[in-house]
Amino acid sequence: MYVEMRRINKTFDGFQASKDVNFGVQKGHLAALLGPSGSGKTTILRMIAGLDRPDSGDILINGNRVNDIPGSKRGIGFVFQNYALFRYMTVADNIAFGLEVQKKNKKEIKDRVEELLELVSMQDLGKRYPHQLSGGQRQRVAFARALAPDPQLLLLDEPFAAIDAKVRRELRTWLKEMIGRVGVTSIFVTHDQEEAVEVADTIIITNQGRIEQIGTPEEVCRHPQTEFVADFVDAERFEALMAVRRVE
Amino acid sequence: MQDQVEHSYQHDIVGDDIHSIRKVIEPHRDDADHAIKYILIGIAAVFLLVMLIMPLTVVLINALRDGWQAYKEAVMDEYTVRALQLTLFATVCAVAVNTIFGVFASYLLSKFYFRGRQVLASLIDIPFSISPVIAGLIFILTFGNIGWMGDFLKAHDIKIVFAVPGVILATIFVTFPFVFRELFPVMNAQGKDEEEAAALMGAGGLMIFRRITFPHIKWALVYGVVLCTARAMGEFGAVSVISGHLRGKTNTLPLHVEILYNEFNTTAAFAVSSILVIMAVVILIIRSFIERKRKI
Repeated sequence: MYVEMRRINKTFDGFQASKDVNFGVQKGHLAALLGPSGSGKTTILRMIAGLDRPDSGDILINGNRVNDIPGSKRGIGFVFQNYALFRYMTVADNIAFGLEVQKKNKKEIKDRVEELLELVSMQDLGKRYPHQLSGGQRQRVAFARALAPDPQLLLLDEPFAAIDAKVRRELRTWLKEMIGRVGVTSIFVTHDQEEAVEVADTIIITNQGRIEQIGTPEEVCRHPQTEFVADFVDAERFEALMAVRRVE
Repeated sequence: MQDQVEHSYQHDIVGDDIHSIRKVIEPHRDDADHAIKYILIGIAAVFLLVMLIMPLTVVLINALRDGWQAYKEAVMDEYTVRALQLTLFATVCAVAVNTIFGVFASYLLSKFYFRGRQVLASLIDIPFSISPVIAGLIFILTFGNIGWMGDFLKAHDIKIVFAVPGVILATIFVTFPFVFRELFPVMNAQGKDEEEAAALMGAGGLMIFRRITFPHIKWALVYGVVLCTARAMGEFGAVSVISGHLRGKTNTLPLHVEILYNEFNTTAAFAVSSILVIMAVVILIIRSFIERKRKI
C-alpha cells in the first residue's frame, strides 16, 4: 500500500468527522473517496495532505508514518476544490511557484514550466492570469501546478465541482488519461457516483465519518456490503455506464 | 381591440422576457422615480452645504480675514509650528503601530480558527464605541500619579501623563481599529486556500505573506492607513485629557486651536484650523485616488 490510514479519528468542535477510518491505496492507483456531503471525505484528504491533524491513528505514506511531518515534506500535490490559483501571478508563475520555493535554478524551472504547459496543452496561455481563464483551463493549471514539483501522491478535492456540467465529462476523461500518463498515485474526493465509477480504479465509500466499503467500481455497485452503500449507489446507473463503456 | 392589448400584456409577462415586462411597468414608474431622485439629490445637496461646505468656507474666510500677513504670522508662530510637529509625530507613531498591529490582528483573525476569535474581534472595536474623553481618563488612571502604575513609573522616572508619550498612547488607542477594520473583511473574503496551497509547496510564512497575502490586501492597507492618519491628526478628546495642554510641549494642533479660540484670538484659531482643513483635503484626494485604484 502506498498510502495507508490506520484507525484515524478526528473531531472538530464536538463534531466527529472521522471515526476509526482504515483504508489503503496501492501505488499507481487512482482512488475515489465517494460519499454524501458532510460524510468526512474532505477531512480525510486534508489529513493525508497535512492540512489537518488526526486526533489519533496513523497516516502512512510509502511505509513511513507522516503524522508529524509537515505537508510540504510529504511529497504530495494538492488540487483544491476551487483550485486556489494564485490570483496575482500568471499561469506560468503559478506553476513555477513550488519549484521556486525549492530554489531550483532558473533554467530548470523554465524548462519544467514549459513541459507542464505542454502537457496540459496551454503553451500559449502562460502569461495569462487566472481570472482570464475558463473553468476547465483553471483546472488544468491547478493540475499542472500540483504536478510541478514531481509529487509521488496527488490529492484532488472535488476536482470537477467548479466546472460546467457540459464540459465535466470531457475533463473527467482528460484527467484520468493525464494521471495515467504521469503514473502518479492519486486520491480524489467526489459526491458524484458517476464520476467515481468512470474515473477511479478503487472506490472508498464514506458515510458519517466512517468507511462503509472499499472496492472496485464493479464490486461496490454489484455487491454492496452495507445497507447504506446499497442505498447510495445506484446499481442501474452503474449498469448503464458499463454498457456505454463497452460500446466505446 | 382592447382584448388584443390585454392579451399582448399577458403574453409579455408570462414569457420569460424581462425587457418586455419592464416595458409594461416602467412608464408608470418613470415620473415618480425621477421625482424621488431629484428630491433625494436636493436633500443631500442642502445637507452637505449646511453641514460641510459652509463651515469649511467660514474657516478659510475667517483665517484670511485680517489679510495674508496675519495668516502667515499665525501659521508661522513658534507654538503653532511646535504643535504641528507634535501632531505629525504622534500621527506617524500611531499609524505605524496600528498598521503593524492591524496587519497581524486581521491575519490572525481571518486565517486561523480558535476559541474566542469573535470576542477578540469585538474587543478590537472598543475604541470606536468608547468616548475619547474616557479613553484619555483611562490612561490617566493607569499611568498617572495616583494610577495603578504611578509608583512604578515615578520610581523609574518615566513620564507618560502630561507628556508626549501620553499624547501618542491616546492617539494610538483612539485610532487602532482603523487599519484592522479595512483589512479584516478583505482578508476574510480571500479565504486561506491560496495560502494553504503555497504552504503545501513548502513556502514559509514570510514568502506567503509577500507573494500571496500582500498583493491582495495592498490597497485596503493603504486605505486603512489613510483613514487612520486622518483620524489621528484630528484627535481632540483623548489627547485633551491626557496632554495637560502644555504649550510648545504637549499641545497638538487641535488643542492649540482651542487655546487660541479661548483667548479670543479668533483669526489665529481659524488660521491654525485651516492647516488641519488643508491636510484633510489632501487626504481626501489621496483617498478617492485609492478608491479608484481599488476598483480596477
